Amino acid sequence: MAQPLVKKDDDRDDEAEYSPFMGIEKGAVLQEARVFNDPQLDPRRCSQVITKLLYLLNQGETFTKVEATEVFFAVTKLFQSRDVGLRRMLYLMIKELSPSADEVIIVTSSLMKDMNSKTDMYRANAIRVLCRITDGVLLTQIERYLKQAIVDKNPVVASAALVSGIHLLQTNPEVVKRWSNEVQEAVQSRAALVQFHALALLHQIRQNDRLAVSKLVTSLTRGTVRSPLAQCLLIRYTSQVIRESASNSQGDRPFYDFLEGCLRHKAEMVIFEAARAITELSGVTSRELTPAITVLQLFLSSSKPVLRFAAVRTLNKVAMTHPMAVTNCNIDMESLISDQNRSIATLAITTLLKTGNESSVDRLMKQITNFMSDIADEFKIVVVEAIRSLCLKFPLKYRALMNFLSNILREEGGFEYKKAIVDSIVILIRDIPDAKESGLLHLCEFIEDCEFTYLSTQILHFLGIEGPKTSDPSKYIRYIYNRVHLENATVRAAAVSTLAKFGAMVDSLKPRVFVLLRRCLFDSDDEVRDRATLYLNTLGGDGEVVETDKDVKEFLFGALEIPLVNLETSLRNYVASEEAFDINSVPKEVKSQPLAEKKAPGKKQPTGLGAPPAAPPSTVDAYEKLLSSIPELASLGKPFKSSAPTELTEAETEYAVNVVKHIYDRHVVFQYNCTNTIPEQLLEEVSVVVDSSDAEEFSFVLSKPLRSLPYDSPGQTFVVFEKPEGVPAVGKFSNTLKFIVKEVDPNTGEADEDGVDDEYQLEELEVVSADYMQKVGVSNFRNAWESLDADLERVDEYGLGPRESLAEAVNAVISLLGMQPCEGTEVVASNSRSHTCLLSGVFIGNVRVLARLQFGLTGPKEVAMKLAVKSEDIAVSDAIHEIVASG
Amino acid sequence: MALSSFRDACPTVKNILLLDSEGKRVAVKYYSDDWPTNNSKLAFEKALFTKTMKTNARTEAEITMFDNYIIVYKFIQDLHFFVTGGDDENELILSAVLQGFFDSVALLLRNNVDKREALENLDLIFLCLDEIVERGMILETDANVIAGKVAVNSMDPAAPLSEQTISQALATAREHLTRTLFQ
Repeated sequence: MAQPLVKKDDDRDDEAEYSPFMGIEKGAVLQEARVFNDPQLDPRRCSQVITKLLYLLNQGETFTKVEATEVFFAVTKLFQSRDVGLRRMLYLMIKELSPSADEVIIVTSSLMKDMNSKTDMYRANAIRVLCRITDGVLLTQIERYLKQAIVDKNPVVASAALVSGIHLLQTNPEVVKRWSNEVQEAVQSRAALVQFHALALLHQIRQNDRLAVSKLVTSLTRGTVRSPLAQCLLIRYTSQVIRESASNSQGDRPFYDFLEGCLRHKAEMVIFEAARAITELSGVTSRELTPAITVLQLFLSSSKPVLRFAAVRTLNKVAMTHPMAVTNCNIDMESLISDQNRSIATLAITTLLKTGNESSVDRLMKQITNFMSDIADEFKIVVVEAIRSLCLKFPLKYRALMNFLSNILREEGGFEYKKAIVDSIVILIRDIPDAKESGLLHLCEFIEDCEFTYLSTQILHFLGIEGPKTSDPSKYIRYIYNRVHLENATVRAAAVSTLAKFGAMVDSLKPRVFVLLRRCLFDSDDEVRDRATLYLNTLGGDGEVVETDKDVKEFLFGALEIPLVNLETSLRNYVASEEAFDINSVPKEVKSQPLAEKKAPGKKQPTGLGAPPAAPPSTVDAYEKLLSSIPELASLGKPFKSSAPTELTEAETEYAVNVVKHIYDRHVVFQYNCTNTIPEQLLEEVSVVVDSSDAEEFSFVLSKPLRSLPYDSPGQTFVVFEKPEGVPAVGKFSNTLKFIVKEVDPNTGEADEDGVDDEYQLEELEVVSADYMQKVGVSNFRNAWESLDADLERVDEYGLGPRESLAEAVNAVISLLGMQPCEGTEVVASNSRSHTCLLSGVFIGNVRVLARLQFGLTGPKEVAMKLAVKSEDIAVSDAIHEIVASG
Repeated sequence: MALSSFRDACPTVKNILLLDSEGKRVAVKYYSDDWPTNNSKLAFEKALFTKTMKTNARTEAEITMFDNYIIVYKFIQDLHFFVTGGDDENELILSAVLQGFFDSVALLLRNNVDKREALENLDLIFLCLDEIVERGMILETDANVIAGKVAVNSMDPAAPLSEQTISQALATAREHLTRTLFQ
């Protein structure tokens, strides 16, 4: 069969940089494209010009609209030629030019002719081109041919139609869905690739129909699928079905046998796909895992880097949730540390760090030390993170690991790498008390020769908090004061603050700190001098050994409890206004964060020196302005919290109403936002009648109706209820919208004199416990937790019953409490069987509340929770437990 | 758990790149909107090339992770072949695509695979890319089939006799063409 494909000339140019496209220029090529218009077409020359045009486009050259149109029209002339090679280039060119709708019409008939040609190659290509450039109208014209093509006996034609169908499904789903029968027939094709394409299309057509997908999988897993690619698809669909049916199964998992059978398939891609699918089954047991791990282990010693990489990457993921299952592969992994491919070596190391036991740590560290010198920063960061978690797992080994970290801290490295190391040391210091002193000294040594201002200032700040609590604080002073001599102004200022903290906390050091601070009064930088002056004055006592005021400590150490974004907004307003700035007027509420930030896959970032999460601008200001503009409401004071709007009507009804709940100490205000969506109506005297019979602790105070509600201009009406002071009363309220309707003449826009009383039933609204909780985050949960007395803590355990997943249970409790998750702990790693979540908030009465929630799976889908609550008021701690108990 | 958090239901190729020994484009094809502008494409190619240039990917295809993409690659002479997929893609499927591309180019260039030959037969390389992947969807990975389709229907048993002769004539013409065209 193999005929000489293309003949080459053998005598080569000696010139090294020879290129047939040397000196090519767009203008000249466009000129050359005129040969397309010759009455006597020269196919070879035309092909050559098209190649040049494609080359230009491929190099990133662009054609202007005019140029593209000209080329397109010229190219269409080439349909006259019967030259096969030229026709193929012509197809390519049309696809590259992606012509506009009015241009498409020119080539449609030529392409449709090719689509019905006797030559399979013409048919296949014409289908692909036509489907690429087609629009809905044209598609209905050619639909008949496409359906035929799907079941064509030539596999190339069938595949072309099927793949085009996959793309068309995005734009014209209703058309493609009509091809189900033909596609189903193609799934049975004997040609491997046709089967693959047909299966992909069939699944996409049915992907929203669980039952259909399940049937598809059931029938195909019993039969024989020929193509490895199709088999991979089937494995993916099977895992999807398993995921969706998992909730109600006991005992043997459906389709597991199929997945396991695929591990013995002859194609490596299928074996791997199946092994990976098994490792990702939710709640996979070690018995189910074993066969998959075994085949992956075989891959580890393959001669092909791609196989080794795929296997070690999968095992690395398994090691996060089932470290024990991977330990069998440890010997193979260790030999991969010297793998030529550094990605494989890094994955092997980090896997070993996860699966290793306490006794192997030292040996592993030795191997890693040699390895670290010849990998890039990005890999080093991965290793550092793995070592950090290893250290938290084996706190007794902190000495070896801390030494390792301090050694690599001294070596060359970029900012991200150094930051990862510093973050790790900081976390170890926080979590392993024994590691504190040595860790702090390592950090001190690091800032002696640190080129990154950011890291220096962060470390100085951290030293200021942790240093004074150590057994011998004085030994840190030298390191800190050296910064004042040797660094840039930013670091100097940070060093001054740190010195002041030592002075405030350690009374015996105060006189010496005073001497040092006084010297800073002559610094060349304003900020440094100002800070020194400020601290000298606040510490007071003229440098004698006296006890520092509580207020001063609060000033020096207190965390900024205001979200920076809110502070920024307030300061912006202040700059524009005449009034004095009051820090207490800045809202503390953290508005819910957009999820975009969380989208990045990968692990959640542990917060090392990190700052509190930033929040987008809030709508709190807007509410406050609105409420204070209404005299009846302004007298209630400032709202403690305003909820997010809840819809009280279905979408697209005559009147759209949503409600915002404003919580005050003694009152609740419902703000109903109403919109009239009927152009022919004007509503007047709009009010909401609230029935509070299901909310016993609330009593009606007043209702503020809306005078008039014209079409499409939203307005508000308010209802005020009184409730016992400070009590988080809950209840249900049913609402009816009352108003007078007046007809509006659509031509003149004038309303009738006479109106009719009418009412409109709204959904119920509910005041829940979460309404009494402000979402206020803390920057360092651990510090905040420890600053509250242990006897303010209340601990209890709860069974949460059957839940869809751990993540679902976590989210349910978070929204029940209405508190702010801290340190990214609201994200639950998939497959994990336990999770700890940290929450913070302020309860009505301005009581700070912290909660630590530990979730665990106790049985299939059974979730249990241990809840520890600390707050400034023990009664509030109890109240939180009541909320959970009753929720 | 949202379905979107699981891998694409269908294996997807993000791009196929053929670069020279300096990282310059010979032929590239992008199937994803991840790189909207030519500059972002060039930046990706440059970074990828720098990262992989020192590795030995001549006997076996190599693999790397970069920017949350999986890239498999293979070098021969002064040509660097790359296939990119999402970070959750089955590495072995990408590797099959790379192998298909690599081997079919070798077939089409009759084993004289280097930059000069590739540029002189750039039309074949473009057609080859066109037959391997259509807008991210894998069309074919068997090098013999790909090369067969590219070398005009000479391997198509279904083609009528008249077409066969045309294709043979064309092969002769093409031989003449390559000799004279680029001199």
